[in-house]
Amino acid sequence: MKTERIAAIVGVAESDLGKVPNKNVLQLQAQAAKAALDEAGLTKDDVDALFTAGNWAWAPNLMLAEYLGIETKYSDSTNIGGSSFEAHVGHAMAGIQAGLFEVALITYGSTNRTNPTRNTYSAPLTGQYEQPYGLPGTVGSYALAAMRHMHQYGTTSEQLAEVAVATRKWATLNERAYKREPIDISDVLNSRMIAEPLHLLDCCLVTDGGGAVVVASKEVAMRTKKRPVWILGHGEAHSHNTITNMPDLTVTSARESGERAFQMAGISRDEIDVAEIYDSFTITVLLTLEALGFCEPGEGGLFVSGQRTAPGGDFPMNTNGGGLSYCHPGMYGIFLLIEAVRQLRQESEARQVNDAKIALVHGTGGVLSSSSTVILGRD
Amino acid sequence: MNLHIPKPVYDEESKPFWEGLNNDELLIQQCRSCHKNIFYPRSFCPNCFSEEIQWKKASGKGKIYSYTVVHHAFGPFKEETPFIVGIVELDEGVRMLTRIIGERNQVQIDKEVTVVFQRISEDFTLPYFMLSNAN
Ligand SMILES: [Zn+2]
Repeated sequence: MKTERIAAIVGVAESDLGKVPNKNVLQLQAQAAKAALDEAGLTKDDVDALFTAGNWAWAPNLMLAEYLGIETKYSDSTNIGGSSFEAHVGHAMAGIQAGLFEVALITYGSTNRTNPTRNTYSAPLTGQYEQPYGLPGTVGSYALAAMRHMHQYGTTSEQLAEVAVATRKWATLNERAYKREPIDISDVLNSRMIAEPLHLLDCCLVTDGGGAVVVASKEVAMRTKKRPVWILGHGEAHSHNTITNMPDLTVTSARESGERAFQMAGISRDEIDVAEIYDSFTITVLLTLEALGFCEPGEGGLFVSGQRTAPGGDFPMNTNGGGLSYCHPGMYGIFLLIEAVRQLRQESEARQVNDAKIALVHGTGGVLSSSSTVILGRD
Repeated sequence: MNLHIPKPVYDEESKPFWEGLNNDELLIQQCRSCHKNIFYPRSFCPNCFSEEIQWKKASGKGKIYSYTVVHHAFGPFKEETPFIVGIVELDEGVRMLTRIIGERNQVQIDKEVTVVFQRISEDFTLPYFMLSNAN
């Protein structure tokens, strides 16, 4: 493993989650930011870089910085979908390494459940070649990938359901999770079909919620209140925007982002103790596990069989209950980071993975469009 | 016919494509420099960045690369379910999103399809694809 320490995550927090009709996106981000800075023992005046992603304002960083009363010397509003926050962590580490700032605050907030996005009735730019056909944007695109994977490799709906069932088992151990009643494979297969082959229980939740992550330089991290969680590796990539332009519906750009992250961290796949993998849909997880090299292309279905990713399984994954059962306010990536950090600090209570030292976090954005991988570790 | 579907915002790059459809022609582009076929329409070749792009009539034949049967749709498409959306790979090598017309249990990946021109309104036609051996 690489031993150089550049930057660490020193604070993480969620806002209220689930149905939060009484808070707007700025409140949610402020609530999470305050809690994350508090647990680090830092104040808003220590923050000198601000990272956020969202489409709730013309220039989200300007609105958020003003609202929080934070003056920054560095701003990043990279938006590559749900994986934006893993990208932010990588960018924050790079900025710290370049000596541009010392403390980065990364936030996200969404009222996706209370204020769902409205459909548009005109299709400009490259959307004009897709929107007129009625594909239900995100789920339809992932369904096309799942159908192709089944055709090419014989992957089954039962194998996809394994992911939903295992993830729900973790959610039963997490009191913050939105859906906690246990489900089995047949519940998934008998749930309403949304876009073949994806059933309702193959799909993530739609909730409100926000989160915050504080990244600090090694020097600052050594004097914060929590045990630093070091950023060991990062990689990002994107391969397309619309699903039709994905070069191969069964191979995501996690192949590139993961390889870069493993290279930077100087570790191998079998050194990962816990994995937090973006689970917008069950198929997202299968494709990601394959692209990250945890199994061969086409073997994702076999890999997750027998509840391998559930509590007690030999590949603990999505230990907070994931986007499938814990929360998913549209761009889920920040919550993967929050859970990985808690696991490495041994703060995950009933769902704690025994002696977790190294965690892999992988965000997927758009319609399998963008990938960002972060590898975290503790001393 | 569903008149409320999102209407393409025709621009200088896309206008020949949409006008072609109104005349029952499926037009794609080809790069004069590297000869690669291109879809969707662009003014630069995404392969070699040449500006030497020409329009050409596609065969209208291809095969299904993937598809989904939509059971839960949004907005103007809500009432049309179930319907089939697919990605078709044309014989020319480019892929397009489209509607697949055919019996659900006949539709499969790799099956051959042929373009049909679906008139939505006077100046708006969509290229749907139907199974080639359906008749
Ligand atoms: Zn070219």
